[in-house]
Amino acid sequence: MSAAEKKFVYGIFNDDEVVVNAIGTLRSQGLKVKDVISPFPIHGLDHELGLARTRISICAFIYGMTGLSLALLMMYYMNIFDWAMDIGGKPSFAFYKNLPAFIPVTFESTVLCAAHGMVITFLLRSKILPGVEPHIIHPRMADDHFVMAIQVKEDTDLAKVESLVKAAGAVEFKS
Amino acid sequence: MGHHQHIEVTSTKPYEFTRKNRMIAGVMIIIGLIAIIAQFATHHTQTWSNLLMNNFMFMGMALCATFFLAVQYVAEVGWSAVIKRPVEAMGQAIPVAGGIMVVIILLGGQSLYHWMAPGISTPGSENYDAIIAGKNAFLNPVFFWIRVVAYFVIWTYFTKLFRKNSLLSDEGDGKGYWLKNKSAAAKFLVLFAATESTMSWDFIMSIDTHWYSTLFAWYTFAGMFVTSIAALVFTITYLKSKGYLQEVTEHHLHDIGKFMFAFSIFWTYLWFCQFMLIWYSNIPEEVTYFMLRQDHYRGWWLGSFFINFIAPFVILMTRDAKRKLYLLMYMSIVIFIGHWIDTFVMVIPGSMLTAGHHAAEAGAHHGHALSLGSVGLMEIGTTLGFIGLFMYIVQHHLSKAPLVAKNHPMLEESLHHAI
Repeated sequence: MSAAEKKFVYGIFNDDEVVVNAIGTLRSQGLKVKDVISPFPIHGLDHELGLARTRISICAFIYGMTGLSLALLMMYYMNIFDWAMDIGGKPSFAFYKNLPAFIPVTFESTVLCAAHGMVITFLLRSKILPGVEPHIIHPRMADDHFVMAIQVKEDTDLAKVESLVKAAGAVEFKS
Repeated sequence: MGHHQHIEVTSTKPYEFTRKNRMIAGVMIIIGLIAIIAQFATHHTQTWSNLLMNNFMFMGMALCATFFLAVQYVAEVGWSAVIKRPVEAMGQAIPVAGGIMVVIILLGGQSLYHWMAPGISTPGSENYDAIIAGKNAFLNPVFFWIRVVAYFVIWTYFTKLFRKNSLLSDEGDGKGYWLKNKSAAAKFLVLFAATESTMSWDFIMSIDTHWYSTLFAWYTFAGMFVTSIAALVFTITYLKSKGYLQEVTEHHLHDIGKFMFAFSIFWTYLWFCQFMLIWYSNIPEEVTYFMLRQDHYRGWWLGSFFINFIAPFVILMTRDAKRKLYLLMYMSIVIFIGHWIDTFVMVIPGSMLTAGHHAAEAGAHHGHALSLGSVGLMEIGTTLGFIGLFMYIVQHHLSKAPLVAKNHPMLEESLHHAI
């Protein structure tokens, strides 16, 4: 089931403290508060929303290991297998004996793959790749306003939801 | 945080230094003394090197605690307000370490440092060494002793000053004393940068007198700092497990855990930088340092690298690992052991070589005189002695003041610290 099939309404807030406090208030009143979109990180927001921990760190590890393996394989092929090099005046021609010389490149490759992999994964997951039409709920949501996404059913009384959300401190309501 | 619930400070009382803990520390110190005396009866150089490496670690733990404290002031760090008292208590070991260091070098300096041999930089003398003579402007006894005294005077002065202002703040103006400490900390950090560098050359690098590495001060610092953080983690986890310092939450542990993790990686980075450049360029006067270690101390030398890098890297990488009290406590012990071995490899090969030089000059058979030195009961006993001394000093000072500085201007932020 994709997000498009669910129906959301949005409360727009202009204060981070108010929006964090509103999560608990609205949930106790039976509303399904699913997410808060904020222009800056708010301490304790994830905890208050009860969001699961991000899995991006697992991705980072896998990308990093990929980078590490690729770099070592590349240097093994280039400097040991295909064209054996005399590294640092020590013509051992053995991979493990020349390993210190390969570490800097391996490190850089690990970082490169982990960092780019993480950014690309994040862009894909958030559907904000270049060229994708962004889903802008409120023109000031990336500036100084906070958007709270509330999931509603087809037959929910939106007027009642609006009054609850506004009572919790929202400056605007969007359905 | 949204909810401004009030968090009460519960650590208003000092730590209670129980009879049992006094006994444990006392017994450890006695074991240390016995080990030193027993070893001295059989091998002088080995005893002095053993004492030097152990006292250097002991000093490093205390010195980097004061450094850590100074950084907290200068950077206006909020989260660490609840752990400042244990850090202050750790720093109080500096004058003791200084006293021991002066005794070691006064009595055993000639066994440890080749450049201290009489006549070594006098042209025409029997044991004249042109390379050491070239370093005479820096490595001469007068300047050396001026520096050694200056180090300990500076470090002790600032450690005591931070402590004094912190204790005074309990009675009155928290912000005023905090500001005083902040400006003192800025001065200390400048002096620390200079004294830490030259200190590492004086105490450790000059053992291998011919050799030098421009990265050595950094490398020594990274090792000392990790050991110090490990000691801090151990102190805090111990206090918490005994029911003290309940203000320290998993969020604070996470931050200290990050320090332990990050500086283990930093140490590895410097270890590898120093090794790789020397290994690659393969210049005879440089590689001798590593060849000595590779040929005769391979297990220790590589072992310390793996314990200090792989263990923290793999175990402390995840977020959850850094938030677990007992896991952090065990990791601090592992890191301590790893850096003990690292200090061993920094000191012992060089000083044993110095002993070999002396024996060769005295006409003894060189190969016979070169004893390598290894880790035995005497080394472990000495270390236990120093740990006991450190435990005694830290617990003594923890028992002198409330465990949380209640008027610290950033205490509220620290109590609500959440990451």
